[in-house]
Amino acid sequence: MTAPLLQTHDLSMHFGGVKAVNNVNFTLAEGELRCLIGPNGAGKSTFFKMLTGQLEPSYGEVLFRGKDISHAHAHEIARMGIGIKTQVPSVFDGLSVRDNIWLASSRLHSGERARRLVDEMLERIGLTHAADRIVGQLAHGQRQWVELGLVLSTDPELILLDEPAAGMTHEEVQKTAELVREINRTKALIVVEHDMQFIRMIAKQVTVFNRGSILVEDAVENILRNPLVRDIYLGKQAAA
Amino acid sequence: MNGRTLNLLGLVLVGIIGLAVMWLTPRLAELDTVLDLTVYMIMAILALSLALIWGYGGILCFGQSAFFGLGAYTYAIAMFNIGESTVPFLLAIILPAAFAALLGYFMFYGRISDVYLGVITLTVTLILFNSVNSTAGPEFHIGAARLGGFNGIPGIPPLNWPFNKNAPIDLEGMFYLSTGALLLTYFGLRLLLASQFGRIIIGIRENERRAELLGYDPRAYKLGTFTIGGALAGFAGCLFANWGNFVSPTIFGLAQSAQIIIWVIVGGRGTLIGPVIGCIGIQWLSAALGANQPSGGSDLWSKIFANAPLILGVILIAFVLLVPKGLVPTLGDLGQMLLHARRDRKQRSLSPQQAE
Repeated sequence: MTAPLLQTHDLSMHFGGVKAVNNVNFTLAEGELRCLIGPNGAGKSTFFKMLTGQLEPSYGEVLFRGKDISHAHAHEIARMGIGIKTQVPSVFDGLSVRDNIWLASSRLHSGERARRLVDEMLERIGLTHAADRIVGQLAHGQRQWVELGLVLSTDPELILLDEPAAGMTHEEVQKTAELVREINRTKALIVVEHDMQFIRMIAKQVTVFNRGSILVEDAVENILRNPLVRDIYLGKQAAA
Repeated sequence: MNGRTLNLLGLVLVGIIGLAVMWLTPRLAELDTVLDLTVYMIMAILALSLALIWGYGGILCFGQSAFFGLGAYTYAIAMFNIGESTVPFLLAIILPAAFAALLGYFMFYGRISDVYLGVITLTVTLILFNSVNSTAGPEFHIGAARLGGFNGIPGIPPLNWPFNKNAPIDLEGMFYLSTGALLLTYFGLRLLLASQFGRIIIGIRENERRAELLGYDPRAYKLGTFTIGGALAGFAGCLFANWGNFVSPTIFGLAQSAQIIIWVIVGGRGTLIGPVIGCIGIQWLSAALGANQPSGGSDLWSKIFANAPLILGVILIAFVLLVPKGLVPTLGDLGQMLLHARRDRKQRSLSPQQAE
């Protein structure tokens, strides 16, 4: 049997006495799309930071295709093929959209090929018309798209999206959902999101985090019906 | 006019002005002016070294004078021992670069944060100052070269043509060499910054975490930048030791290291031409103020104007408070504002006709 794409064993992050993430055992198959939900402070972003080498776990391990990456540097993990779009868009604010995408693309490609791929990516994220604008001056939704473009340009096997639909208009949310489904045809994704509309549009399997641990893992219909999940988190949103 | 043509125009302009200064000065000016200008050019190379690592690499180095001084001392010591300048010249670049690489390795791979980086580099240059300062006795020598402590090393032999000991470079030659070196450094750095390496170090300055998450190792890129900066500062130090035939520990001192930072702040971080202008402008001003001193009258104002450090301090504070981006970026912003204003007015005057 081949190893799953991503697996964590008893993954924990303790800040002093606070157990931000506690004994998480999580498995993601090749090509899977998983949604991660849970109230604020449930440990979703901390979990993502450990997967990408931004935080070193207190205990436990992260296996990417069977290889232990829990103590690897962020840039090494990125080179192995995990890309992340962070909660607050992390982009090169002082540079143009084109330069942003080029910086991502040029890790793998150079010269004319890199330039062509940049043009294609600009087209794909719908920012060709804004290619020469400074990213810091763009609207929040557009900066989210720039960051998505950065992540996609490094051609990762696994893409982590931390609240990709936050601050977007309804149309933008739909566009993002379409893009997520399109990406999922070839890549695996883990998506953290609060927007239930968005979850309904994309999700099959959902993992619910609560207080640093996995509360329940199930198909999206069952999660939305689960009274326990409603109690801790969904409440009014699911009823609406 | 778009950004690229403007950029190209700027490059051509710098090239023309640079070559004109280089060709005309020795023909039109007195020898003492040529000598003054020579040291301005040398210091401008030093300013460029910090412009690279601070302005583009985002590395706040308070001790750029360490590499400058090491370059000067290396040249002096090697010259007394070897007597022919080809190897000393190369050593004066290689040794400071190696020192920068070693220091940078511990700082960047040790994940030292920005503020401490400033403290460490400043401390390093002050340690060098104190060490060299206390080597006055005859027992302190490296081969044939006496270190001289606070007295410095006088009578350093000049550079000669490569491998030809009997063809030393004269004062006018030093001017050509320094100006040429400044132009080469400027255009070399422009090339470097347009390369993939250069664009990545700018990316790391903009957002180090993002660069890391894209798969770039910021430590390696910063180390590379810091080492190039050290090599350039050492090169400037070698020329400086040649210019005065003299080097003393003050080259490592607080005044020298502060000065380099002031040049970059005044000229503007994130540009190359800015620090060159800042450096030459401030040196010229210091010299002009210094020249007032002996004839200074007894009234309060002439006393104040004769006090160069005071005036420079006021200029620095004024820049930090009023023109925090520095001269060149601020002028650029102003130019852009004027351009936009003109375009807006044009559009406004056109729109009624279009409506008809």
